[in-house]
Amino acid sequence: MSLPNTLKETCSEQLSEISIQAEDFNLGEEVDLLEENNHDDGAVVTFSGRVRNKNLGLNVKGLTLEHYPEMTEKTLQDILTQAKEKWNIGRVKVIHRVGTLAIGEQIVFVGVTSKHRQDAFSAAEFIMDFLKVKAPFWKKELTELGETWLSSRQSDADQAKKWN
Amino acid sequence: MINVRFFAALREQLDSNEVSIPAASIQNVADVKAALIKLHPDWKTHLASTLILNAVNHHMVDIKHSVNQGDEVAFFPPVTGG
Repeated sequence: MSLPNTLKETCSEQLSEISIQAEDFNLGEEVDLLEENNHDDGAVVTFSGRVRNKNLGLNVKGLTLEHYPEMTEKTLQDILTQAKEKWNIGRVKVIHRVGTLAIGEQIVFVGVTSKHRQDAFSAAEFIMDFLKVKAPFWKKELTELGETWLSSRQSDADQAKKWN
Repeated sequence: MINVRFFAALREQLDSNEVSIPAASIQNVADVKAALIKLHPDWKTHLASTLILNAVNHHMVDIKHSVNQGDEVAFFPPVTGG
């Protein structure tokens, strides 16, 4: 049985916007989900972040991501609510991985759709900027000197402030 | 009781994930910190750091935020996700 279009759209809007997961994600599939039955939006902006091989002059072998499960989702939901108030956006998806990750592995995904590109660009950047300074995730890097918790960067704090 | 949780580097420095403290005499986040330091004087250097962030019932708050019986308080270092 095929669903009427209006019902299909309602169903797809109920897809979870936030996923905190240990497993990897597939960029192509995530873009498909943002676009599927979504004929209102002409713009799709995505960002994905990966584990780099160097940080602060040290060779990184991998990292472990810890989070505060009960708080993480609430914080991200709050960031998405603010983004929806500021811009006219369609669908949005945020994925953040936790656990142990190797170099080159994907850590984070933000995808936003909108009718025209500027709303999706701005909202995606806003979501990433606030995720960086508000969402309770912590990275522990494994380098040639052993394991170290990363320090937060002033540049990330400055970047988030520019939206005030 | 008030449930207190620690994360990341702070969790390792204190060697504790979670503790419960009596709610009597606790009014705000600063009181929770003071009560913990009274119980564990060696936690002072780590907990008293101005970098440490506070959450009550899963929302980031400042040190003066009120705390009530049954609340979950958390202390953690600046976040580094993304």
